[in-house]
Amino acid sequence: MEHLELQNVSFSYRDKQILHDLNLFIKNGEFVTILGPSGSGKSTIFQLIGGLEAPHSGSIILEGNDITGNRGHISYMPQTPSLLPWRTIIQNVVLGQELKAKKDYETAMEMLRKAGLLEYRNAFPHELSGGMKQRVAFLRALLSPQPIICLDEPFSALDELTRQEMQLWLLSIWDQYKKTIIFVTHNIEEALFLSDRILVLSDKPARIKQEVVVPFSRPRNEEMMFSGEFLRYKKMIHDFLKEKVDQK
Amino acid sequence: MIKKLQKGWRPIFVLLLLFIGWEFTARMTQVPSWLLPTPSQIFNELINGWSSVSVHLTSTIQLIFLGFVSGVTVGLLTAFILHNIPFLKESLYPLLILSQNIPIIVLAPLLVIWFGFGLLPKLIVITLVCFFPITISAMDGFRQVAPELFHYMQMAGATKRQLFWKLEFPFALPSIFSGLKISATYSVMGAVISEWLGSENGIGVYMTLSSSSFRTDRVFVAIFLIMALSLLFFIMINWLERFIIRWKAEGKNRGAS
Repeated sequence: MEHLELQNVSFSYRDKQILHDLNLFIKNGEFVTILGPSGSGKSTIFQLIGGLEAPHSGSIILEGNDITGNRGHISYMPQTPSLLPWRTIIQNVVLGQELKAKKDYETAMEMLRKAGLLEYRNAFPHELSGGMKQRVAFLRALLSPQPIICLDEPFSALDELTRQEMQLWLLSIWDQYKKTIIFVTHNIEEALFLSDRILVLSDKPARIKQEVVVPFSRPRNEEMMFSGEFLRYKKMIHDFLKEKVDQK
Repeated sequence: MIKKLQKGWRPIFVLLLLFIGWEFTARMTQVPSWLLPTPSQIFNELINGWSSVSVHLTSTIQLIFLGFVSGVTVGLLTAFILHNIPFLKESLYPLLILSQNIPIIVLAPLLVIWFGFGLLPKLIVITLVCFFPITISAMDGFRQVAPELFHYMQMAGATKRQLFWKLEFPFALPSIFSGLKISATYSVMGAVISEWLGSENGIGVYMTLSSSSFRTDRVFVAIFLIMALSLLFFIMINWLERFIIRWKAEGKNRGAS
């Protein structure tokens, strides 16, 4: 059964068409990446799913219910950590949950422990490094009661090494909780390394240009990124993306 | 603490120099004391007359406190209402600025005519001078919420009420405290002015009585007490701010605590 589905979604902003007749579906427990160049309307897709904007046509279906234009049905991790500076780490972790349901400090503590952040539970965000803040932001999204997590280029502001570390960490945590994840990025390696399925977005107006099912088994490790197969897939997706640039 | 003393001695030193210079010039030129008393005379008067001054002082402190609380309440309520109802903000915000152009000295006697000599006209005067900095600073604080935090809260499905109480209000707190500090010093002046209207006790009363009987030394006692009160009040708000706003990375010396 499809978990989340976007049906014929179109959206324009100031007479500029950003999404045209976009269709996509995500299965329960799947890790799907939406891959596209900067400014291709990736974040717009999240704003529509999140209900901040309403599509001009088409609808968004979550578990059989039409949620078009309604807020609060997904949990979210933005590009910047966006932790509330006056809350301690543990208070930030429960924030997403607090907005929708009852606070559950026990589970939050357990998550912090598994993520190796337990000793920072009473620290304020400004005392943490960029990578650690992003971990906290992910835990906050993970603890929220909604079944789907949307991650909007969460690692793009981090340096290469921290980014790889974070990707491995993300997979290890995700493995334990198995929530549905929609991940947005412009980084091909990141998409291949993390996801089950990659949706390659065309340039504006955006639609799904190509769907790539990632064949690599889990759990994944860094070695995989140097295998011939990985490079072959990387080249293939690179060509898909480039094709679109050439058409322009 | 030591650092504070090291920095704090400079203004105190300047003040001391000023007093010494004053003392000397006043003595050398033999200015009559009803025209300009020396600091030592003023200090003597403060000590000797303390029993009568302290009555006035307590009364003023009470008035300041009541007026400040009322001013803060009105200020925050106004900010809250205007921020959440854009239509009211558009129509009332310019009028708020006009409210600050009313000369208090002229308005005060009118208030007495309307409301008598009780507490009410005094509270109105203090509230009028106090609420404005708070309203402005609070509204600025609400408005300047970091856009990425706002975006996150919206995506996470926060309701309008949650947005305000969990994001906008705490975000505006440092800004509100700036307003509180300004209002704290204003409230002291407001209290003294309102006491001129007619009151049994208070520094304002003590000041007018002293001035009309050419007790210049007492006038200066009143002036210094008012200054001390303002400073004390300011320091208290500052202290409260440090206690409440602990999340800011203030320089690098925070780690030492």
